[in-house]
Amino acid sequence: MSDHKIALNRRRFLATTALGAAAAGSVAMPSVLRAQGASAKLGILHPVTGALAYSGQQGRLGATMAVEEINAAGGIKGLGKIDAMLGDAQSTPDGGVAEVEKMNSAGVAGIVGGYASNICLATTQAAARYNLPYVVDVGVADSIVTRGLKNTFRFGPGFGVIAKTALANLAAINDAAGKPAKTVMIVHEDSLFGSGLAKLLNAQLPQHGFQVLETIAHPTPTRDFNNVVLKIKAQNPDLVIPADYYNEYVLLARTMLQQHVKPKGIYSVLGGAASSYKFVKEFPEAAKYIMDCNHWFDPRSAKAQELKKKVEGKGQFFTYEVYLNYSCVHLMADALQRAGSADRAKLTDALASSTFSGHIMPYGPTKFVNGQNQGAAPANTQVLDNDIKVILPAAFANAKPVFPIPA
Amino acid sequence: MLSPAILIPAIINGLLTGAVYALVSLGLTLIYGVLHIINFAHGAMLSAALFAAFFAFRLLGLDPYVAVFLLAPVFFGLGYALQRFVIGPASHGDDRNMLLVTLGIAVIIENALLYAFRADTRTIEVPYAYQTIDFGFTFLAVPRLVGFVSVFGVALALWLLMSFTDIGRAIRAVAKEKLGAELAGIDVAHIYAMTFGLGTACVAIAACLLIPTYYVNPTVGNAFVLVAFTIVVLGGMGSVPGALIGGLLIGVVESLSGLFLGESLGQIGIFLIFIAVLLVRPTGLFGARA
Amino acid sequence: MRALAPIAAVVMALAAVPLLVNSNVVLNFLVVTLMIALAGQGWNILGGYGGQYSFGHAAFFGTGAYVNAILQVRYGVNAWPGFAAGIAVGAALGGIIGVLTFRSGLRGSYFALVTLAFAEVLRIVASVAPITGAGVGTLMKLDLRAQAMQFQSRAAFYWLILALVAASLVIARLIERSRFGVWLIAVRENEDAAKALGVNAAHVKLGAMVVSAAITAAAGCFYVQYFLFIDSGIAYGTRISIEALLTPIIGGAGTVFGPLVGALVVQALGEGAKLVAGDAPGLSLIVYGCILVLVIAFAPHGLIGLIDGARRRLSRVAKLGAAHG
Repeated sequence: MSDHKIALNRRRFLATTALGAAAAGSVAMPSVLRAQGASAKLGILHPVTGALAYSGQQGRLGATMAVEEINAAGGIKGLGKIDAMLGDAQSTPDGGVAEVEKMNSAGVAGIVGGYASNICLATTQAAARYNLPYVVDVGVADSIVTRGLKNTFRFGPGFGVIAKTALANLAAINDAAGKPAKTVMIVHEDSLFGSGLAKLLNAQLPQHGFQVLETIAHPTPTRDFNNVVLKIKAQNPDLVIPADYYNEYVLLARTMLQQHVKPKGIYSVLGGAASSYKFVKEFPEAAKYIMDCNHWFDPRSAKAQELKKKVEGKGQFFTYEVYLNYSCVHLMADALQRAGSADRAKLTDALASSTFSGHIMPYGPTKFVNGQNQGAAPANTQVLDNDIKVILPAAFANAKPVFPIPA
Repeated sequence: MLSPAILIPAIINGLLTGAVYALVSLGLTLIYGVLHIINFAHGAMLSAALFAAFFAFRLLGLDPYVAVFLLAPVFFGLGYALQRFVIGPASHGDDRNMLLVTLGIAVIIENALLYAFRADTRTIEVPYAYQTIDFGFTFLAVPRLVGFVSVFGVALALWLLMSFTDIGRAIRAVAKEKLGAELAGIDVAHIYAMTFGLGTACVAIAACLLIPTYYVNPTVGNAFVLVAFTIVVLGGMGSVPGALIGGLLIGVVESLSGLFLGESLGQIGIFLIFIAVLLVRPTGLFGARA
Repeated sequence: MRALAPIAAVVMALAAVPLLVNSNVVLNFLVVTLMIALAGQGWNILGGYGGQYSFGHAAFFGTGAYVNAILQVRYGVNAWPGFAAGIAVGAALGGIIGVLTFRSGLRGSYFALVTLAFAEVLRIVASVAPITGAGVGTLMKLDLRAQAMQFQSRAAFYWLILALVAASLVIARLIERSRFGVWLIAVRENEDAAKALGVNAAHVKLGAMVVSAAITAAAGCFYVQYFLFIDSGIAYGTRISIEALLTPIIGGAGTVFGPLVGALVVQALGEGAKLVAGDAPGLSLIVYGCILVLVIAFAPHGLIGLIDGARRRLSRVAKLGAAHG
């Protein structure tokens, strides 16, 4: 078949490559045509399509609500309104990097977002090439802030701090109840956040007097948890510690209910659904008494309650991606104001020296050391009375922990 | 791990999960057996069917076990139209192009679902979702038992269809010898479309049986695709009994290797068995000699 | 040498791009596109020329990436030998998989899915094995020196990947014009007939597999130098396997420039769709999917096939015109 003998000659090929490259060049030329004017451009980057779409969209929601709020109040003093440039990381690191390049080309002053640790690792690095200040919204891997990148700031806690706090609080809750729990089983998802957390938990649990019976890793997605629950049932631990994403957490909780597996407590660390209003609303039976050590907003903050109402008014759930991103954008805006300009070096310095307390997280004023906000810490919640209550730290708890789970 | 108290429930779990895999694979094996294409859009179609089952419940108040009688014919029609008017014409009958076309369609369906319905995970609450039957050593969830029994029913119905009806005979003829069938007067494009429609209807049935204990979002079907491909090839492409037995077998393999190796590493059990079988029997368990 | 002239011309034209274009957005886009083109050229050797469709080429991509990363991070090996080692191990893996599958006589879709199964096995093992960092993945240290194969300027990365792509184009061309290539194409067209004519099909396919694996492994090694992070999903996930087969088929399977053209077009399509559809999640991908289907519908032999067909039609018309005066 002569169709297959395609002898290419130079002219024809150059035509196609030129076309391709020209197309590439013209379409990859980004938003230089975007809104000009005395405004501060801010990149808002999230994985709004692909596997992480839900979290990415929630993050974008929180960020854009903050931008709207700031602009409605007149924008940033001396700089004008924030011109937000939205980017889709497509749930992959290279997708994120491509967006960072576009944002840099468009002249953004800084970038907020990333969400997933592996995306953040790549995007912060790409931004570092241009000394572009980058505030990580969620990404909990400790490696994000230990690479010595001057442009990278993380507002929330990393999993080192999360694991430490979770265990200290667990020990406290256990002690207060008379130490009913001794044995533990960990169920974790097997990618970056789950594995990293499980490793830390395994190392630190024995130090607090707990015995880890088994650590069960599972992939995301996992289609069925019956075998995992079988193992839990067989070994009958006092405590089950899950670290999962939302869908798997729900399946696990439902399966435990189905199999009548009732440990003395379910204590999640970064449990995907454990401190989710959606979970509580849709599965009240399975959610009862579950504890979580996770990102949580400051319940004493009137702004937080106001934001919660607004988000729920839009028909969305008030999830951690929303309020973390909301706070990060306000942090960025504050830094811009103090820097007095959209100059990246000045903005980076402003962030590094920031003592911002206008956010809605229970962290106190920000203080960045090597890019990590020192006050950032998770809070302990428990599902009580069909609502999520904060049980620790005592400073702003609004309920007492119920432990062990009543029979 | 070797105690029967865990082994037996694990095997039973494997069978119940395997039944769902078999249901998802039945459609795929038909499509492969006749059209000789790996349908990349299968996962996306499952996601779409799950959304349909979800909305049938939320908007029409139909229990999934009732909705299946509505959704199976609807999805049959959708599959027919998709093959007849999109895939067939776009691929010009070339296998490799059909593969890419289904890939493109997968991207379209998944993102259309995302665009229309957002990425929120949705679930339905049916009263029997938590109901279990106590077998003494384990509790078996009612919806999963229903799924298990149903797969045999669906497989039987398909087998009867393929063996004793005119359309079934036509499908088998086209699968075996397309040119000859065409010369004998069979409308190949129509048969292709009928097969694709049947495959899609099977996916809709699988979705209705899956939804009481699972969840719905635009990417949910992707978790089943690789396993379904594996089962189809393992059982022998085009073989309905192959998909059934393959599905149950894979379910049990997955369950046992998860038990012994951990849920994460245990996933390799599926693929190792698959590779092992193919190296020994290159056309699958029930496949026709190539 | 004359046969390599078109390649030289194209490569030189592409090499000039960073001198003309200053935008890092474009350079980053082209770097990623060329990397995908490289992975696709690997697939093309086995699938385009050899007719053996692999759905699991990520197995080689990921192996190259991990070997390169692990040698550097855990054993302090320098980046350049690490890169070479990644290619070598990838090629060896290709040999192993080839021996196993071709000896069993696996063909067509069965072969395709077995390669997918291998990629999955590797993905799962990589997600739990301590040496790869398991779920956490492997992070390479930022070390912007040429010795560490990391460069401050994107242009340097661009020229590096371009050099690799150029090498792969040369390899493809040399195969095309060699006896090995003739055998390979014969096996593709009709394996049984080729065997009857005395071609050792198993050896030929194995050879193609090894070369194919080496080229795709090189793309993986490059990925890790550029992005400095790898985990099991990125390394062995289906995304790379799909891109590796999509781009040559779209561009023209079994042609030297097919993967390059395909990669440029598919990637540009993705970007273009984003421009057209804007920020609404999913909309740009719907546009992308539709255009993909349309491209396949109207260019069933790939884009190069389309242009070739058009050229032949035009020459036929010209001849007819000349004949009729």
